[in-house]
Amino acid sequence: MASIQYREIEGRSGAYLALLGVLGALILAGLGATWYMEHNGHYVTGMSNRIVWGMPHVFAIFLIVAASGVLNVASIASVFGRELYKPLARLSALLAITLLSGGLAVLVLDLGRPERLIVAMTHYNFKSIFAWNIFLYTGFFAIVALYLWTMFERRMHGYSKRAGLLAFLWRLILTTGTGSIFGFLVAREPYDSALLAPLFIIMSFSFGLAIFVLVLMTACRWTGRPLGDVVLKRLRNLLGVFVAAVLYFVAIHHLTNLYIARQHDVERFFLWEGGIYTALFWLGQVLVGGVLPLALLFGVASRRALAAAAACVILGGLTQLYVLVIGGQAYPQLMFPEKEVSSSFFDGVVAAYAPSLPEVALGVGGVALALALTAAALKVLPFLPKSLADSDVGGAAA
Amino acid sequence: MNPDRRQFLGWGAAAAAALAPGFRLIELAQARSPQEAASKLQRWGLLIDITKCSDCDACVTACHEENGVTSLGRPATDAQWIRKVSLRDKRTGYAQTLPLMCQHCEHPPCVDVCPTGASFKRDDGIVLVDKHTCIGCRYCVMACPYGARSFVHEAVSGQKADVPRGKGTVESCTLCVHRVDRGETPACVAACNKDGGKAMAFGDLNDPSSDIHRRLRSEPSSQIRADLALNTGVRYQGL
Amino acid sequence: MMRIAAGIMAAVLTVAAHADAPKFKIERGEACVAPTAEMRRDHMKMLLHQRDRTMRLGLREPRFSLKNCVDCHASRETGSVLGKDGFCSSCHEYAAVSVDCFECHTPLQQKRAAAKP
Repeated sequence: MASIQYREIEGRSGAYLALLGVLGALILAGLGATWYMEHNGHYVTGMSNRIVWGMPHVFAIFLIVAASGVLNVASIASVFGRELYKPLARLSALLAITLLSGGLAVLVLDLGRPERLIVAMTHYNFKSIFAWNIFLYTGFFAIVALYLWTMFERRMHGYSKRAGLLAFLWRLILTTGTGSIFGFLVAREPYDSALLAPLFIIMSFSFGLAIFVLVLMTACRWTGRPLGDVVLKRLRNLLGVFVAAVLYFVAIHHLTNLYIARQHDVERFFLWEGGIYTALFWLGQVLVGGVLPLALLFGVASRRALAAAAACVILGGLTQLYVLVIGGQAYPQLMFPEKEVSSSFFDGVVAAYAPSLPEVALGVGGVALALALTAAALKVLPFLPKSLADSDVGGAAA
Repeated sequence: MNPDRRQFLGWGAAAAAALAPGFRLIELAQARSPQEAASKLQRWGLLIDITKCSDCDACVTACHEENGVTSLGRPATDAQWIRKVSLRDKRTGYAQTLPLMCQHCEHPPCVDVCPTGASFKRDDGIVLVDKHTCIGCRYCVMACPYGARSFVHEAVSGQKADVPRGKGTVESCTLCVHRVDRGETPACVAACNKDGGKAMAFGDLNDPSSDIHRRLRSEPSSQIRADLALNTGVRYQGL
Repeated sequence: MMRIAAGIMAAVLTVAAHADAPKFKIERGEACVAPTAEMRRDHMKMLLHQRDRTMRLGLREPRFSLKNCVDCHASRETGSVLGKDGFCSSCHEYAAVSVDCFECHTPLQQKRAAAKP
């Protein structure tokens, strides 16, 4: 088959510079928010002693989870040998690096003592899944960079399958680690479950692919590169499968909890009495994040429907993480069964939380960083194929 | 190995076995001097009889006074090292209160999750945060089943000389480690015995001659969230 | 020409360096816990070493505690090791090395720290 040709984007138009300008402004806003939070202390945010992880963490975890999943496209090409996905592999690996950068930037900048990052990188408690994650994330950067090298350097092409396999296994472990950050917590009813690790893995597949689809469609459209229906049909079906799988895991999680008497209160909270969290769960996570994309992906055959579905998945994903991270903390800890509990430290009540501007600015700044790095990289190196038209991708084979 | 060497080793082992308990008893009997390290042979703990606990909050006031924990009028973000929790049985309406602080678990979840090892358990069972290494990630606050940890949300001034605390790190009840190392009792226990209901007792759980050990042996007591098998150092009666 | 310029530069820089040398008051005249040269060179290493011994092992050798350093070195007027004429800050500001200790530790002598409401 004809070899794929890649080329850098021109990146000289006013629109491109405007894009970098907007993203740059958002990044600056995020940095400003960081300075404000770090200088004054976190009391200026909506986070409190009951809700210690807020909007920044919702964004950060979303980006980190998506970073792992976006590499799927490259994995399907290298590890599972599907030729059709090969031209997409470089962009997939690039997004893995840039999304992870954005996510980690948000996470690090929200620390109570971000200047102690060196301490975090030199003192490890190996019983902590968080500590393992630090290794897994930095290792991921190195491995994906290596993988990209095997894709770019002609002499290394023979090794790309092995590099791809390593990257694939590494990110399964990495995402298991991210899910286990919550899954390992005995202290909170909404977490404490072995199901969270595989849930995070399938979430990563879904969110990552949705972002990939949007970035691919946007990049091709804005640079005038043809993008055929063959590629998009594959991505559409794949995204549908992943969205359905996420819904399945969420359903199993809640159904199992509903069967356990001790978990009834938690379920009642999330499924019908939790106010904003219940609304976000049903409308945001299930409807916008699950049912609507499935209807769009399998019911409507247009590109706009695919783009809309991907956008819905992203929105639904952010909502899902909001419900998980913040709702999970808002629900009171169960210390005294069968008792009504109250105290000066807000025991026994659903904790109040409202996202504050600095938190959202930081989270959005991380997203902007990921997108800016992507846009800049596309100009510097040939990540994007010159054409993904049907005739150029070798038909519907494989 | 020839028989003489074997015999010598046997005598050596017997002598060590005979002498070791003797050494142990001597170590426990002496109070710890400042130049001595915390010892694994001791395990500090509290026994709180909540039937003697009323609306009084002498323990809370004393703790926050001793440790320089001031309220800034922001209850959601102000640190609380100890708090009074009010319980009311959902079915019977029976009401109780109890003081809740770091439970100084033997298997602390906060220590397991800390990425830098800042949250640690000292050899004598006191769970502490090494603020030099704490990066303020708040994972331990997520992990604590008792909600014992607080994150310092603003700059701190006017710290007590014995109790350093600062913005951006996590803190919790230290069992007044600075007092314990001097041979005193935690401030909450002292205040309870002086101004409160005399509900709290402090002592070495491992020392068979200590008051707390004898009471735990002869009277019923329980742990909060005993199901988690954390083996807390703080035990309650009347829960 | 170059040699003259170099000579002038050297002279100017030397004068400038001496003019800005840190002025600090060592409040207590008796010996510190270690010789001056050793303290100047190694006080950070000693602090790092001792803090881990105190925190992790519970070893509270009074001579080497930070409280003791502060008690001796705190300014007679302000009772603090920071601020104007503060023992720690006068050298550290000159060297532009930030001091992290007093984010958490009180810079005041024990009796003044206790007196604060």
